[in-house]
Formats: sequence, structure tokens, C-alpha cells
Amino acid sequence: MGVEQKLGNMGVVTTRLEDLVNWGRTNSMWPMLFGLACCAIEMMSMQAAHYDASRFGMELMRPSPRQSDVMIVAGRVSRKMAPVLRRLYDQMSEPKWVISMGDCASCGGVFNNYAIVQGVDEIVPVDVYVAGCPPRPEALIDGIMTLHEKVRGEGMKDWA
Amino acid sequence: MSDVTTGELFYQKVNQAFPGAIDRAVEFRGEHTLVIRQASLKDVCLLLRDNEELACNLLEDIVADDMLPEFPRFAVNYHIYSIPKNHYIRIRVPVEDPDDGPETLAAVWPIASWLEIEVWDLMGITFKGNDQLRRLFLPEDWQGHPLRKDYPLGYEEVQFSFNWQAIDAKKPYAKD
Repeated sequence: MGVEQKLGNMGVVTTRLEDLVNWGRTNSMWPMLFGLACCAIEMMSMQAAHYDASRFGMELMRPSPRQSDVMIVAGRVSRKMAPVLRRLYDQMSEPKWVISMGDCASCGGVFNNYAIVQGVDEIVPVDVYVAGCPPRPEALIDGIMTLHEKVRGEGMKDWA
Repeated sequence: MSDVTTGELFYQKVNQAFPGAIDRAVEFRGEHTLVIRQASLKDVCLLLRDNEELACNLLEDIVADDMLPEFPRFAVNYHIYSIPKNHYIRIRVPVEDPDDGPETLAAVWPIASWLEIEVWDLMGITFKGNDQLRRLFLPEDWQGHPLRKDYPLGYEEVQFSFNWQAIDAKKPYAKD
């Protein structure tokens, strides 16, 4: 939706409010740092120089839930960690999304035992699951792009 | 200690002071273990600490075993080291009833209190005199002691393609 073509000489652009808001949201989506295990290494790599997450408006990882929009749960969540994760999710301001990174966060992975939560979707609602053990940074970027697709499709009635 | 090995030294000293306290002595690959009766554990440990030739001043770890279905089912192992003498000894105490466990060694080595909490948390063996027994690793509202052999291994059935829908239906998904 190239703005230039619509602009003409009038200096006025008309667009749908949904498109404008979703454009703003997708292009500045700060992730919340939630590295719990080896997936966090790939998440750091995704953010650092080689893969450069700031191409997608993710300039920096926020350890503070108040300033972040998307929570990337990277690693296995223990039963003791689960209430902390939920608390941090509740502290994030709307709108907020969750990416479940890796097999452990998505379904427990190889840890089918008493200590590990079998999928972080039992604690917080997950938008995108990224498969892999651990997923490569490209896979995580693909998950972020998938989340962007999802956010662009959100209508005004979803915002409420 | 020129002609007496470490195992023999420990056996002699303990047997001399407390005859009948030692159930048996085991040596395996250079590691010495004294199996001690539960009632005399604290006396033996005080001897190990205070005897000048033994001088065991460091309790390295407390480990519990579950040997289901044997009897006695549980055993507590104390890994004890002497920094001045550079020798190890393992004291093993069979525990018949986990609710009536061995005496606490907090008065001998203060670190024992902390390690006993860990043993109670994961294996459920109480220590007489230790009033600090509480949840350490696990959440405070946890039921049971997960390192016991009769504790269920996983709490959820594994989701495959053939039973995907059945498990998906009862999976507790989070609400917003």
C-alpha cells in the first residue's frame, strides 16, 4: 500500500484506521526478554548483529513488562516458574502477544515430567508457536513475521 | 596412618568407640562406606568430627536413596570429608520409616540443616530435631515427594497425531 501512489499533490492520505494502527503496532513491537534455557541463546542471536531484529522494529529486548508488547517465552517453564510468568504477562500493557519459542515452551519437549509445564499455553494464551530444539534464529524471525501477519489481520473489534 | 588404610582407620575408630554401631563396612573402587544404625548416627558423626586422626570437618552432601520394593526402603548417605587429612568417608543409614527418620546433624555440621531440608523436599524423609523442614525447590503448595519411586513420572499423556483431539479437548488452555 504505497503511500506515494495515493498521495498525489493534495498532501492528504486516506486509509482505514485498522490498517494505520496495525501498521504502527507491527513496526514497533518490543519483545520482552524471557530467556529460560538454551533457546535464549538463539533469541539473543536473533537480536544481535548477524540476524538483526531491529530490521523488524524490535530495537531492544525489554526486561520490563510495562514497556514490552510481545513476550518470547524461550525455554522450558518449570512449575515453580509458571506463576511468575503469568504475573509478568499480566503486568504487560495491552496490546500484548506471546510467542512460544521452541519445543519445551510449546509442549514440554523432551521433559515429560513432574517439574516442567507441558506447554506454556496452559498459563498464557499463545499466538505463535515456533518449532525446533532450539529453533534457529531464522525460525524465530519467521515466527515474528507470522505474528506480524496475524496482527495486520486484526480488526477493530479485536482491540476491545 | 602409614600401614592402615583409610577404611580400616575409620572402622577401627568407630568400632572402638561404639561397638555394634556399624552394620557393615563396604569398600568399592577406593570409596569407603560405613553402614551405621540409625540410633547411633549422631554419636558416630561427633566422633568423626572431633577425633584428631579422623578430623572430618566438612559435610559435603546428604543424599537419599529409594530402594523400592526392598526393606528398609530408604537410606540416607552422608558424604563427609576431612580437609586436614584429605580423606573421604560415606556414612549410610538405612531408614525403615521415613516419618521417623534419623536425627538431625545440625549440631555437628551446621550445613546439615539445609541439606536435610532438600532431602525432605524431594524424598520425604524427616529428620528428628530439624524444625525447618519445608519446601525448598518445589512450590510451597506441592503435594508429595517427587524423587520417590512410586511418584508418577509425568502428569500429562503425550500428545501424538492419533490421540491429538482427545488430549486437546481436556488440555487446560489459559484464558486471556
